[in-house]
Amino acid sequence: MIQHPVFSVAAGIVLLCATSMAAAQSSARSFNPKTSLILQGTYADYSSEAEPAVSGVLLGPETEPRPAGFSLAETELVIEANVDDQFHGWATVALENEDGETAVAVEEAYINTLALPAGFALKFGRFFSELGYQNHVHAHGWDFVDLPLAYRALLAGQVNDDGAQLRWVAPTDLFFEVGVEALRGAQFPGGGDAGDGSNAGVAFVHLGGDIGESHAWRVGLSHLATEVDNRLTGEDTPTAFTGDSDVSVLDFVYKWAPDGNPSQRNFVLTLEMMGRREKGTLTFDPEGTPVASAYEGDQQGSYLQGIYKFMPRWRVGLRLERLRSDNTVANNPGGEFDALLDESYDPGRASVMLDFSNSEFSRLRLQFTRDATRPDDEKDNEVFVQYVMSLGPHPAHQF
Amino acid sequence: MILRSMIAALAVMASAPALALDVFATVPEWGALARELGGGDVEVYTATTALQNVHHIQARPSLIAKYRQADLVIATGADLESGWLPALAEKGNNPRVQPGAPGFFEAFRHVKMLEVPEVLDRSMGDVHPYGNPHIQTSAPNILAIAGPLAERLAQLDPEHAAGYRARAAEFEKKWRAALARWEAQAKPLAGVPVVSTHRDSSYLYAWLGLKEVATLEPKPGIPPSVGHLEKVLEGLKKQPARMVLRAAYQDDKPARWLAERVHIPVVELPFSVGGAKGADDLFGYFDVTIERLLQGAGGTK
Repeated sequence: MIQHPVFSVAAGIVLLCATSMAAAQSSARSFNPKTSLILQGTYADYSSEAEPAVSGVLLGPETEPRPAGFSLAETELVIEANVDDQFHGWATVALENEDGETAVAVEEAYINTLALPAGFALKFGRFFSELGYQNHVHAHGWDFVDLPLAYRALLAGQVNDDGAQLRWVAPTDLFFEVGVEALRGAQFPGGGDAGDGSNAGVAFVHLGGDIGESHAWRVGLSHLATEVDNRLTGEDTPTAFTGDSDVSVLDFVYKWAPDGNPSQRNFVLTLEMMGRREKGTLTFDPEGTPVASAYEGDQQGSYLQGIYKFMPRWRVGLRLERLRSDNTVANNPGGEFDALLDESYDPGRASVMLDFSNSEFSRLRLQFTRDATRPDDEKDNEVFVQYVMSLGPHPAHQF
Repeated sequence: MILRSMIAALAVMASAPALALDVFATVPEWGALARELGGGDVEVYTATTALQNVHHIQARPSLIAKYRQADLVIATGADLESGWLPALAEKGNNPRVQPGAPGFFEAFRHVKMLEVPEVLDRSMGDVHPYGNPHIQTSAPNILAIAGPLAERLAQLDPEHAAGYRARAAEFEKKWRAALARWEAQAKPLAGVPVVSTHRDSSYLYAWLGLKEVATLEPKPGIPPSVGHLEKVLEGLKKQPARMVLRAAYQDDKPARWLAERVHIPVVELPFSVGGAKGADDLFGYFDVTIERLLQGAGGTK
């Protein structure tokens, strides 16, 4: 069968067809490489038609809410296999709709070492950073239709960048993991590409364990430091930022399952607190009549969510979110940077969801969100219906 | 603080002599078998209990920490642990026990697999391409695995090889005697029709001659629905069963629902070591299983 996963997009699609044909022909006892295709779509309804801005921050690219009405979300093709006895390869190719055209994005394409000694492992390529908790969770594994507000506002989604990650797990019964990442820094909150192509770094520490049979926990502390060169935000009249951006995240996950058996009932509590500090220069309308100002940004986003599986196949969830900012802009002659200075209230959201999984490969979800993130106290009531289905051997999820 | 704990951890790692072989068993039956064969030469950690559904275990931090330290991982294989063992391998950074390494032992490779599907299609439920992975429910299978496992222990820990082989010989003698006893006791079970919750006892039925006439799950891994239970109920009018079986980790409501309507007993099977009172080791596991089956078959509730 196919020995080497090829990560060009066209080849990826050909590969998918080839693999499924091969699977149909042979008894497919060995899915190698493991291939899965994830199909997802939503129906969304919004009560407000106001522009999706968030007080106190300039939103990065691709942070719009899901389109109103019916829409296909990312169609993800995941291929993974051991390359040989030393390396494991993984690629996630996403097909998505962008302005009416189908865009192809290589979300992840990385190699992970299998046999480094003394508890070390190295990952390189493009991958989701270990910043925070939800950052490494694929869209099909999210507990709500959308990412937490902190991720949307402060990271413009998830940080998946090109680079390398070195991590080490201690040989102790208490789970203790430390790691560092060197990244290109081209992804938000980094930006531009003018540097030496190694403009961001991440460090993380994870601790975790069990309490008795029924309780498990993990706590993480992580930090992203990036040099930003001319990062553009805004649609019609862009604003550019040049300077330093630092993000710190404290995350905590607690899981309960009676006797450690999550099949009938379980509960997952997640708390993340994210802070972003930026210092540098803002330029409004860099290509027209520029207005520049020194800028210091201090924004904090957090969420607390609980997901309760109350019977086989059914889960309910509640997520509460808050964002607050304290920004300083030295020069604001015509109110160009007013969006950053609006401290009249703290943006927030509250979401409830109910989902049903016929099997571990299919999920249907209903979500209601009360959104209060826009300026001028504009509230939005949002309703989502979503499906997430996976074809093929579902890759194992991290804790 | 981080640096200090790292140094402390490294110091522990460097100074601790390898006293015993660290064995990580994915399920209780292999943990128990490793204890029988390894005696004092092994330190056994069992990742799951008989009260857990081994298809759906999360790669918890505590499991990663144990995987990281293991010299030998004993798994059933055949995709039983495919939802979580790969995640442990990815996060556990332990080349000694990577699939393919001598420290990775898959039990299913040493028994004859049942229910290997001709065609793979998820519409048939969560079917396993290698066949039904619940191989521990047949006592002869345990014996088939004990020999190769003892050899693997001997290979990984040559210093104590003689001990592993001696214990394996002793275990085989005791197990053969027990097999003869169980098979004699279980004679009345031959041909007895039963309803299972999940298709997880095929090896047990093949061994003792029980006949599965229905399962409460419409398809493997799909939880029982009222609609399907009604159908099972209807089917039982034509093809009666003597008892409804459920494993210790399974929801008992569907089994009770059906049993009350057709007036047959629900029999809870330990499914593995630790799944019931008295099932404290492999011998006890089969003692309890057969005792409860006999009670169920004899009962006219």
